Amino acid sequence: MAEVKSSSPRRVERPLSPHLQIYRPQLTAITSILTRITGNALIVGVLLAVWWLAAAAISEDAFARADAVATSWFGDLVFLGSAWAIWYHYLAGLRHLYFDAGHGLDIPTAEKLGWGMILGSVVLTVLTVIIV
Amino acid sequence: MRYLTPRKRAIGKGSAHTGTHHHWSMTMSSVALAFMVPTWMYLFGSALGQSRADVVAAFAQPFTAILTALILVVGMRHFAMGATIMIEDYSRGTARKILVMFVTSLATVIAATGIYALIRIAL
Repeated sequence: MAEVKSSSPRRVERPLSPHLQIYRPQLTAITSILTRITGNALIVGVLLAVWWLAAAAISEDAFARADAVATSWFGDLVFLGSAWAIWYHYLAGLRHLYFDAGHGLDIPTAEKLGWGMILGSVVLTVLTVIIV
Repeated sequence: MRYLTPRKRAIGKGSAHTGTHHHWSMTMSSVALAFMVPTWMYLFGSALGQSRADVVAAFAQPFTAILTALILVVGMRHFAMGATIMIEDYSRGTARKILVMFVTSLATVIAATGIYALIRIAL
């Protein structure tokens, strides 16, 4: 990666930062990357939901096809996963706002907030399944 | 004494010079979504599994239709901007450009499709 070409004398061999793989997994890092994963993965649930809604608007046949997928075990799995992803991303967003305001950045507090997000998202998902 | 606010000192920094605005846009859309999404989840979850007539009746309600449209516009913008940052972190060159165009288009098409559906249902 850090090849120095003899034709470009200005390029210097700069120190590389320690690679991700040598770190022991940390709660703060995992909760951070899960925020990105949940946020981007939600596009799957959105696609299914919008297909289902558009099908309802268009015709009986289109709705029958989309509804069969949306209410199948696959649809249940996507929407259950999406419910958890929404709640996780939701709590992560709230934590982000709290961090942005300059609070909770010390490691003990950040780790407590991390566990709060993980447990909170599971509790909220269970509540969502019960209520809805 | 500093006369400049921290935000003023951050504006224009970084290689893209627009990160402060990006961050603020994400903050605003996240707060908007935080207020809207729980109610929408309840409305969507209640409609899911119903007959087509009941689904159409549910989304023809003014509150449900407007909330769904707002979530589509704000949510898809929030997604496109967040996904763009992810792409910019992990890819480079032409692949990066194509992927950014792809997620931006995907988000726009989803929002347009959802709003078209709402118009047909609610109007």
